[in-house]
Amino acid sequence: MSGQDAPAQEPRARVSVARWAADLAMGARFAVTGGRESWARTIMTAVGVGLGVVLLLVASSVPTAYQQRNERGDARATLSYASKVKAGPDTLHLSDANTDFRDREIAGIVMAPDGDGSPPSPPGVDRLPAAGEMWVSPALKKLLDSGDGKLLRDRFPYRTAGVIGDSGLSGPNDLSYYAGISPKAFDHVNSDYHLAQWGIQKKGEGEPLNPALLLLIIVGCVVLLLPVLIFIATATRFGGERRDRRLAALRLVGADTHMTRRIAAGESLFGALLGLAVGTGLFLLVRVFIEGVVVWDISFFASDIVPAAPLALAIAVAVPASAVMVTLLALRGIAIEPLGVVRNARPKRRRLWWRLLLPLLGIALLAPLAGGFQATSGGSDTKAYQAAAGAVLLLVGVTALLPWVIEAVVERFGGKGSVPWQLATRRLQLSSGTASRAVSGITVAVAGALALQMLFASVQARDSHSTGQDPRRAQMMANVPVSTGAEARDAFERYRATKGVREMLGVTEGYVSALHHSKDDPSTAPEASLTVADCPSLREVAHIRSCKDGDSFFIDAPPDYYAAGEKFAKPGAQVNLAFDDEGMPDLRHKKLWTIPASIKVVKSRVDPIGSERTGVLATPGAFDVAKLARPHAVAMIRTDPKVPDATEYVRNTSAALSPAMDVMRLSSTAQSDEFTVIRKALFIGATATLLLIGASMIVTTLEQLRERKRLLSVLVAFGTRRTTLSWSVLWQTAVPVVLGLALSIAGGLALGTLLLKMVGQPLAVDWSGLGAMTGIGGGVILLVTLVSLPPLWRMMRPEGLRTE
Amino acid sequence: MSIGHTLLGLLEGGPRHGYDLKRAFDERFGHDRPLHYGQVYSTMSRLLKNGLVEVDGIEHGGGPERKRYAITDAGITDVEHWLTEPEKPEPYLQSVLYTKVVIALLTGRDAADLLDVQRAEHLRLMRELTQRKRDGDLSDQLICDHALFHLEADLRWLELTAARLGQLAKAVRS
Amino acid sequence: MTPAGSLLIATSLNKTYGHTPALDGADFSIHPGEVVAVMGPSGSGKSTLLHCLAGIVRPDSGTVQYNGRELTAMSDSERSGLRRGEFGFVFQFGQLVPELSCVENVALPLRLNGAKRKEAEARAESWMERLEVADVAHKRPGEVSGGQGQRVAVARSLVTSPRVLFADEPTGALDSLNGERVMELLTEAARESRTAVVLVTHEARVAAYSDREVVVRDGKARDMAGVR
Repeated sequence: MSGQDAPAQEPRARVSVARWAADLAMGARFAVTGGRESWARTIMTAVGVGLGVVLLLVASSVPTAYQQRNERGDARATLSYASKVKAGPDTLHLSDANTDFRDREIAGIVMAPDGDGSPPSPPGVDRLPAAGEMWVSPALKKLLDSGDGKLLRDRFPYRTAGVIGDSGLSGPNDLSYYAGISPKAFDHVNSDYHLAQWGIQKKGEGEPLNPALLLLIIVGCVVLLLPVLIFIATATRFGGERRDRRLAALRLVGADTHMTRRIAAGESLFGALLGLAVGTGLFLLVRVFIEGVVVWDISFFASDIVPAAPLALAIAVAVPASAVMVTLLALRGIAIEPLGVVRNARPKRRRLWWRLLLPLLGIALLAPLAGGFQATSGGSDTKAYQAAAGAVLLLVGVTALLPWVIEAVVERFGGKGSVPWQLATRRLQLSSGTASRAVSGITVAVAGALALQMLFASVQARDSHSTGQDPRRAQMMANVPVSTGAEARDAFERYRATKGVREMLGVTEGYVSALHHSKDDPSTAPEASLTVADCPSLREVAHIRSCKDGDSFFIDAPPDYYAAGEKFAKPGAQVNLAFDDEGMPDLRHKKLWTIPASIKVVKSRVDPIGSERTGVLATPGAFDVAKLARPHAVAMIRTDPKVPDATEYVRNTSAALSPAMDVMRLSSTAQSDEFTVIRKALFIGATATLLLIGASMIVTTLEQLRERKRLLSVLVAFGTRRTTLSWSVLWQTAVPVVLGLALSIAGGLALGTLLLKMVGQPLAVDWSGLGAMTGIGGGVILLVTLVSLPPLWRMMRPEGLRTE
Repeated sequence: MSIGHTLLGLLEGGPRHGYDLKRAFDERFGHDRPLHYGQVYSTMSRLLKNGLVEVDGIEHGGGPERKRYAITDAGITDVEHWLTEPEKPEPYLQSVLYTKVVIALLTGRDAADLLDVQRAEHLRLMRELTQRKRDGDLSDQLICDHALFHLEADLRWLELTAARLGQLAKAVRS
Repeated sequence: MTPAGSLLIATSLNKTYGHTPALDGADFSIHPGEVVAVMGPSGSGKSTLLHCLAGIVRPDSGTVQYNGRELTAMSDSERSGLRRGEFGFVFQFGQLVPELSCVENVALPLRLNGAKRKEAEARAESWMERLEVADVAHKRPGEVSGGQGQRVAVARSLVTSPRVLFADEPTGALDSLNGERVMELLTEAARESRTAVVLVTHEARVAAYSDREVVVRDGKARDMAGVR
């Protein structure tokens, strides 16, 4: 029998496929040909879905973009894991010459060939810069050529020979340069090295991601993408009630229930596909735009922003499919009859158990991970999946709880209170579903953002440690290698003469060594430092009561400073001043000096950059700087806050003194900018989500208002005040948003607490973030109300009574 | 329906022979029941006796003698009175009302006014019936309802005719 | 024709919507406790006349006097206040707020006037009893029949004891039996409380509940009481 049935079924299957296609096509036609209103609906859906798709596409491009960036970054790396390179005919002698210009970092490398061979040129540059030449990145070239860059130009005593090609840049807004210097200039460089080959070869997978960071990324994706999905779902339902009525008209002319469903599906499918197209178009625009954006000193080439193929495919399939699904699900609750739409008069009471089960399951997954993402414990894949699943379940669960909460709360209102309140709550009682759908995006976004903020706040608190620097005593510090004391004096003079420098304290530092070899390492001898400076400068580094030129002081090193028996620097001891070219103590050509026996022993004082000194401190009258081998001139500079760009002038002076420009700005805490930026981004993301949700709430509210145009006119007829109805719109928006915010704050705190436990951080609530989120929520309520008011008032005109 | 008033109304347009009158009447109102000549003769003699028409002239020919009738001033007043006085509202009035409307149009009187008056009369009776229905028992109500529905039907006809007066005037005068 | 003792008098009202004249020199007057039917073909301007009389729409020219006060000279909020306090309204359909229960709907005008909820609902219930719909007091409008809904609307229009009740095709969406019951209850209640009723209808049997009728044709109103 089945053998007979089979061939008969096949054509039927084909017929039904044809039917499906025909009905879907019909729906698509309705999406376009239904006049202005259905166009408006389709466009709204398309724009809504499109916005969501842009976000999804950008998100799916992140892996590729980072990979591309990192690959280029690796290609120009100068430090390899291999052992130290010795100078040879084909090697380069180089030094980092990074500098800052205002808020932006400029990465630079100065170089000179070690021999006569052919050392490799850096990526993006076709030949090595000769001494006095430099290659600059396009962005740096633009900066140098701009009016703003005039100050910066003085810093580079090089002729621009060319522009670094894209292959030598990680992003279009990179500020970087390669400059050639004379081999002798390396004498004024603190840290130099040799290189035989550019770039590093990746060994295997590279470093594993910091587990806490991994957790952040996982939760971040969930938090940012879930609201987008919810928004897409909402967008496909824009204008749904109107469409339902049109479907009812179709039923009247003979369409059956299945047909209407397929037609509805076709309509939203069309909207979603259009949205996909809009989204792709917008994405291409955004891509170009991204090239001009620098966040956190990172920029991307448009060509880097390419969605990963599987992810792009997933988006292309998932978005239309979910649009159809959402439509079919939405139609489940209503019956479209020929004479109109029958909403299930009393919708089934929402069940609590499974809604509660989701977040509980999430908590159950997350709780055992406490401590599992500490830096010390390697994050395994299972843990990551467990964390992701837990976070998703918790967030989705909170969202699923929302309709139940709104229904349960609204039911309790019972028609008390003022007329606007009564109108609003009764409306919510009748259709709490619409309200909670609109707000559900808020719940995920706010709960997730809150949890992430808590995590960031704690990580930031840990990372923004005190540097020990005291910017009240000096704002900048430069460290210039000099060959003689005269050079040091000269350097100090130049700093002192620099525009914007109010005061300068200069110390010249060098080393002395013991007269015998070290017991632990016979190749060298124990060293101690010798600091030469005038009295005011010495007071910055030691607690000195009286000081005049010719005095010297001694700061005893802590007991564990020297290996046992090697403490050689003490009052009256003889020390060696000679060092060889490599900077090692030279015991064969010793130059002897005796530490004065009358030297005063003093306590050290933390200097402005937070370090403490030991050893001998001498005034120029007590020790001739010229006798120091390989000294450094350390300048502690107080800048004049009234001179703009004082910092830049100091940096320019440094550049004239040393190609490496070793100068730093002091600050009391190392603010980890990265976290500030992430928090800001998170804040912006949450705001954007809330605004999106606000937009969809506006659409729903307007639709609802338009539907009751006549009722509004009737209410006007019997003298209802505008304010009465305006307040009712406000309450109608406020109640679900407030409930949504409350629920999401609870969910966010729970998730945040769990996440903090996982990375082993103490619980800390980010009150400012919480306040900000609440503020934005309130703003959304106001915005929706304000935008709804003009149409409301327009619809409150008596003309609405004339529509029979 | 009053044939006398109708014939008088037709005479307002100018003197006519009895035979002409019959023909004009049949043409406009006698679709299913043409007048007998005898009816015309007896009606005209009654009108003559009441002084509403006068003999304008007699034509002698081969057949029976033919009198030409003309309307008197009293006749015109009579037509006027007939047209302005609403009919007692009762079912199946439309042929009378129709005749009245046509005569009014033919004689250049205000047909709309005629209809309005009639409609007010209908409504007056409907009010009475509605009142009676309110105070009465079920059988009263049912009887009143029957009348009310018929009156309503007439009233609708009145409204419809009122809305089409322009059209009708054109058709009648052509 | 502005008989002394009239509660509401309109003279030479003109109103044009776009290029369509809805009223073209219409006159109207009504005494306290009088029930006046406004009849006429559709599009004749009946509803516009009602809207002008009730101060919902401001006529382009002409005056409406209510109780000696010039309605056309009042501000929007004054007219709204008047409508809340002294006028009542019944429309053909779509006038009950769907999410409020019937009794809340009836109590709504009182509450808009600032009455306490309990008081308002108590009065609403007594009116619903008079209109024989007390049993649906706690149902939503969507859950009651058309006749019941219309009676709820009538109860709502009378709950403030208005001086004038404006009824625009109050039975338009009902069958004759229900329509008549609504008209009976409406006119009875109005007469008892000496509420004047402006009854816009195109149905003669509904108009038969009135004391006199006014016919609107081509934007002009004709008082049939003066026809003979």
